[in-house]
Amino acid sequence: MATGQRPDLFAQRRRPPGEKLLDLSFQRLTVVLASLVGLVLLGILITVLGGSREAMGQFGLGFLTTSDWDPVGGHYGAFTAIYGTLITSLLALLIAVPLGVGTAVFITENIIPLQIRQVLGVMVELLAAIPSVVLGLWAIFVMEPFLRPCLTGLHNLLGWLPFFSTEPQGPGIAPAVLILVVMILPIITAISRDSLNQVPPSLRQAAYGIGATRWGAILHVILPAAISGITGGVMLALGRAMGETMAVTMIIGNSNNFSLSLLAPGNTISSMLANQFGEADGVQVSALMYAALVLMLLTLVVNVMAQQIVRRLSLKYN
Amino acid sequence: MTSFPRGALTYRPGLARNRCNQLFTGLAAVFTALAVLPLVLVLVYVLIKGGSLISLRLLSELPPAPGLEGGGIGNALVGTLIVTLIASLIAIPVGVGSGVYLAEYSRGGAFARFVRFGTNVLAGVPSIICGVFIYGLIVATRAFAGQSYSALAGGIALAVLMVPTVIKTTDEALKLVANELRWGALGVGASKFVTITRITLPAALAPIATGIVLAIARAAGETAPLIFTALFSPFWPDGLLNPIASMSVLIYNFAIMPYEAQISLAWAASFVLVVMILAANLLARWLGKLSRT
Amino acid sequence: MTVSSPSTMATDTCIAVQNVSISYGSQEAVRGVYMDIPRGKVTAFIGPSGCGKSTVLRALNRMNDLIEGCSLKGRVLFDGHDLYAKNVDPVEVRRRIGMVFQKPNPFPKTIYENIAFGARINGFRGDMDELVERSLRKSALWDEAKDKLNESGYALSGGQQQRLCIARAIAIEPEVILMDEPCSALDPISTLKIEEMMHELKKSYTIVIVTHNMQQAVRVSDVTGFFNVSHRAEGDRKVGCLVEFADTEQIFNSPSQQATQDYVSGRFG
Repeated sequence: MATGQRPDLFAQRRRPPGEKLLDLSFQRLTVVLASLVGLVLLGILITVLGGSREAMGQFGLGFLTTSDWDPVGGHYGAFTAIYGTLITSLLALLIAVPLGVGTAVFITENIIPLQIRQVLGVMVELLAAIPSVVLGLWAIFVMEPFLRPCLTGLHNLLGWLPFFSTEPQGPGIAPAVLILVVMILPIITAISRDSLNQVPPSLRQAAYGIGATRWGAILHVILPAAISGITGGVMLALGRAMGETMAVTMIIGNSNNFSLSLLAPGNTISSMLANQFGEADGVQVSALMYAALVLMLLTLVVNVMAQQIVRRLSLKYN
Repeated sequence: MTSFPRGALTYRPGLARNRCNQLFTGLAAVFTALAVLPLVLVLVYVLIKGGSLISLRLLSELPPAPGLEGGGIGNALVGTLIVTLIASLIAIPVGVGSGVYLAEYSRGGAFARFVRFGTNVLAGVPSIICGVFIYGLIVATRAFAGQSYSALAGGIALAVLMVPTVIKTTDEALKLVANELRWGALGVGASKFVTITRITLPAALAPIATGIVLAIARAAGETAPLIFTALFSPFWPDGLLNPIASMSVLIYNFAIMPYEAQISLAWAASFVLVVMILAANLLARWLGKLSRT
Repeated sequence: MTVSSPSTMATDTCIAVQNVSISYGSQEAVRGVYMDIPRGKVTAFIGPSGCGKSTVLRALNRMNDLIEGCSLKGRVLFDGHDLYAKNVDPVEVRRRIGMVFQKPNPFPKTIYENIAFGARINGFRGDMDELVERSLRKSALWDEAKDKLNESGYALSGGQQQRLCIARAIAIEPEVILMDEPCSALDPISTLKIEEMMHELKKSYTIVIVTHNMQQAVRVSDVTGFFNVSHRAEGDRKVGCLVEFADTEQIFNSPSQQATQDYVSGRFG
């Protein structure tokens, strides 16, 4: 083959313009699709902000601290719902954190055979897959009737405390807290488990090597090394608990009357939205949007903090 | 010589540290049992109360009018399939495309960081807010042919919920593909488009599919974004622009009705939903195993 | 396999390994090991990769308990007590027989806490500051670390971290210190410092060290065990075994086994 033929060869093999165009348009397409995320976020913000403007002008910051919700008279204050959101998610966290972290330790340390641990791990993960609304149904017809005698006992015993001062009558804050525990347990367990697995095995060996007992090593070396990951998981769980809607709506009672008692019905922002948004009109829609804005800001702050904590963790181990 | 208490080598269960050890081990075991208990109880009740009602009639009939007996959840079953299908048709291309952008085109610039951050933020937005957003964007404005509540609006609301999961799994799956594979394709003169569609995406298919299956399973069980977008309908689905029934909304609506027939249907729908979702999770698990071998 | 007893052994045996075989799951890693580790001496384990020398070392203080599916047959006698008897508390064993690992693994705590932690969980009652200083001096780290006791252990260089781990091990005053290739991740200067330290340490402790570096074995040890991979097992499975166990001088100058001769003279396949 003569060298003179080469230019021809290459001329024939030049990329067809169509291929170049395809290449470029595909890249452009992915950029457009990726920017949709930003657009949706912006859309959510504009919708909620725009929708809440009327209520914001009318009620101002007093919306956050007053608790009368009166569609007839046109007065709205979301304190009961905000308090309900915060108290249910924080109490749920208080119960779920020891349970979740304890479970994670139990299925990562070699206390019982590996096969059993794997099965337990899968079961906790499957719990996360059960739809919220099914848990709500279960809470109404199984958990709450079972729980009521216990809560009545609590009321009889500790009724002098404002937190247990009302007679339990079915739906209420306490059952809502328990169903939230069920919902956030899998998140806390899964993330704690990942963080514990990331602790380098050499640290564990070091602890055992100087004569630490199993729990000496876990409590003093392994858990402290995993703590930032676990904290991130806990924050994510808090965000999820605050935004959780269906199961809570079905069991909390949806009462806008403020009560300190955990045995009384209450409300959360998301359950208020679920209950009233479809039928609301006028100022009530705007007031609900205002409440939605509050919920969004709360979850946003918690989630961003969780991300920061998790990012700090991944920097440490890489 | 030593300032340490030295015991015999033998194990003494009465020792404070051994007692402590046993106490904590027992505590952890109890916590684990408590964590697993709800799953077992929920499954048992759904199986007993819902599973016993399952029949062909139940899956193929409309729900009864309040106060009447019998009926089924046929329209809700079809509705859930339709709405989830709409959501998948939107969320999969958008999510995979964005994931491809993040993993293959972006070079960690400001825009990519913004998209990743936005994805995480969107993943944390409560699902009820997605519903509020789509209500404000589509339902209240009657954006689709003057219709307010519609199957399409419900599907879009679920898609908003699915997209972050799909983006994240695509992004992470593509990052795990060895760079040598990409260089190999580019080295034989493949264009970037061909490299991505013929080499990298197929190589990452199993983990992406796992993520997509999990996202679909989650969307199928979601209620909050549907209650004021797709609403509910006691009839068979009538096009994409009319309200549509779904199993999750059916459970929510019927659970608080004072009629025995409706409550039974809620349990039956729960059974069907849980079986579908657990099957999808097992499928995802199997796909995940496939990708590791 | 012939195992000649080192001349020093006759005096005092600290750990006696009797017909020990160790398996991971169904796979046998090392088989039929006999040896008497003398008290107050440095014993080195040498041999090619995969010959089971680290596995045997980890069996001496039951660190293998932490590995899922690892099982041991035979007896390991420490001062005449079988370490694998049913009623033995592995935690107590590890308090008597400390360990330094291949890669430095300080706790994510301050330098001071790295040492104090072990002492505290071992029930130390005394002057902690004094113990920390004494341990750091023994591991030749005091001069470099005394001004940053409250900084993280990770702030030290690799060689310093390893000496911190040694300080941590000797702070709990064990009777035996096991070292699993303690210098393999370190530079020559740090290695030298640790070797010098071992000469000091053997006055008060029995030391067992696994090393890939034959020169190091010659420099630091009194007694050497040579491990090799044997193919005699069924199929093509490789199983480790102890070929020769004798005074270091004899191993390196006039070994009784051809395999030992080949290995120490570098003629090893």
